[in-house]
Amino acid sequence: MKVFGLVAVFVVGLLLLSATQDFPSWGNPRSAASDGEVSSFYIEKTEAVTKVPNMVTAVLADFRGYDTMFETVVIFIAGIGIIAVLRNFEGSDSSIDYDNDDNGAGLLARFTCSLILPFIQIFALYVVAHGHHSPGGGFQGGVMLGASYILLALAFGLSKAKRIFSERRTMIFAVVGIFIYVGWGVLCLLLGGEFLNYSVLDSILPGDAMMARSYSMLVVEIGVAFTVTAIMFSMYSNLSTRGRLSKGL
Amino acid sequence: MIWQFDIIILIFLVVAAIVSLRLKDLLGASMVFGIYSFLICLLWAEMGAVDVAFTEAAVGAGVSTVIMIATIFSTTRRSKD
Amino acid sequence: MDPIIANFIEENIVPKFNYWIYVILMMIGLYAMITKNNLIKKLIGMAIFQTAIILFYVSIGVKEDGGIPIISHHGPDHHQETEAHSEAGSENLKHNIIDKDKYANPLPHVLMLTAIVVGVSTLGLALAISQRIHKSFGTLEEDEILNKLRPGGHD
Repeated sequence: MKVFGLVAVFVVGLLLLSATQDFPSWGNPRSAASDGEVSSFYIEKTEAVTKVPNMVTAVLADFRGYDTMFETVVIFIAGIGIIAVLRNFEGSDSSIDYDNDDNGAGLLARFTCSLILPFIQIFALYVVAHGHHSPGGGFQGGVMLGASYILLALAFGLSKAKRIFSERRTMIFAVVGIFIYVGWGVLCLLLGGEFLNYSVLDSILPGDAMMARSYSMLVVEIGVAFTVTAIMFSMYSNLSTRGRLSKGL
Repeated sequence: MIWQFDIIILIFLVVAAIVSLRLKDLLGASMVFGIYSFLICLLWAEMGAVDVAFTEAAVGAGVSTVIMIATIFSTTRRSKD
Repeated sequence: MDPIIANFIEENIVPKFNYWIYVILMMIGLYAMITKNNLIKKLIGMAIFQTAIILFYVSIGVKEDGGIPIISHHGPDHHQETEAHSEAGSENLKHNIIDKDKYANPLPHVLMLTAIVVGVSTLGLALAISQRIHKSFGTLEEDEILNKLRPGGHD
């Protein structure tokens, strides 16, 4: 197996290395990928049509909204899949018992975490809300918010974190996130536009059609952040306890 | 883009990848994999992909290292290769 | 440094270096996925393979004097322009010419951003499956699992 692996890796590697000769040189602004019509449109017209300076967020949440919507669904399905794989649905094991005996970290770690946790969460909310003017957005802010709950579980024990963010609440959050995203698209349909065509929303949002797209990006990013937060925490709490949700790390 | 910086990080990347695959202790391997994620995050920040770097710093170096360590604690720490 | 060597590096090493390293990283990941015996090691190899592909995509979007893909109207280049048009209001903003060579290509960044987040969820699912395997077989080594699966095989 080792020899076969080495041979396969060498052959594929040499093929790919010889193919790099035909690639555009690194940093060439005239390369086919960077000079194409689509990329040029995104760079030159994003701010004019959406009033959002961060092109990445604009393309993510507006121009390629379908893509992001189904990526969010993929994350949700992965979270459900982890629960389905790990949870033992037969017998008394399936009932979630919140044990009080899983102990967190020492006093110093608890104190430090209780000091920095509010700042982490406020920064995460800032990243979600300010994602279309600075680096950030729903995915990053959601992961940070989920990581703050993971930190809570590491410092104070999983049972304490579960009392704040229980299994049922986690799943409701995840579903609500997708519901916000899809619901916003359906709202566009109801107002006479296409699915996820935000510019028709200017009749119910303040400002003109461009500002409507800017506000809509904020809404769908919030939806993404809901799902990602919930699934990241659910992933940690299931993986660290083998699906029993008690006696964690 | 600063190519000197780029080359140094890329060499460190290859070293981190090889070390994390050669360590027999899985806890150490996942720690080195966290270092790998941080290096690649640095590389993307240098290439101007700030959003990707931000995501990698939160996801790759944060959450994925944590869930890998959680799995190692609930399974086994030793690896034969 | 000797100017001839510096020139050689500028012309032959720098434009392709990123692509070579991406091939090397990808092959390290592929080799680990094929030959490593431990399931966690295979997953680390898979993650390395994935980051190598993301590295390739991001390298394609780099421009020589391009900054981050966030439009700035406060930079030194745009300052006079914005001052001059400030009375006319935002209507003139769209007439400002945006030089596309000044910004990195945002499209690969968008594609890869979602790929990273989906990557961590697939990694989580894979880790869950390997925990389940450990529960059933008591080991994470591939050859021992195959031994137990074989009819008549024991231990």
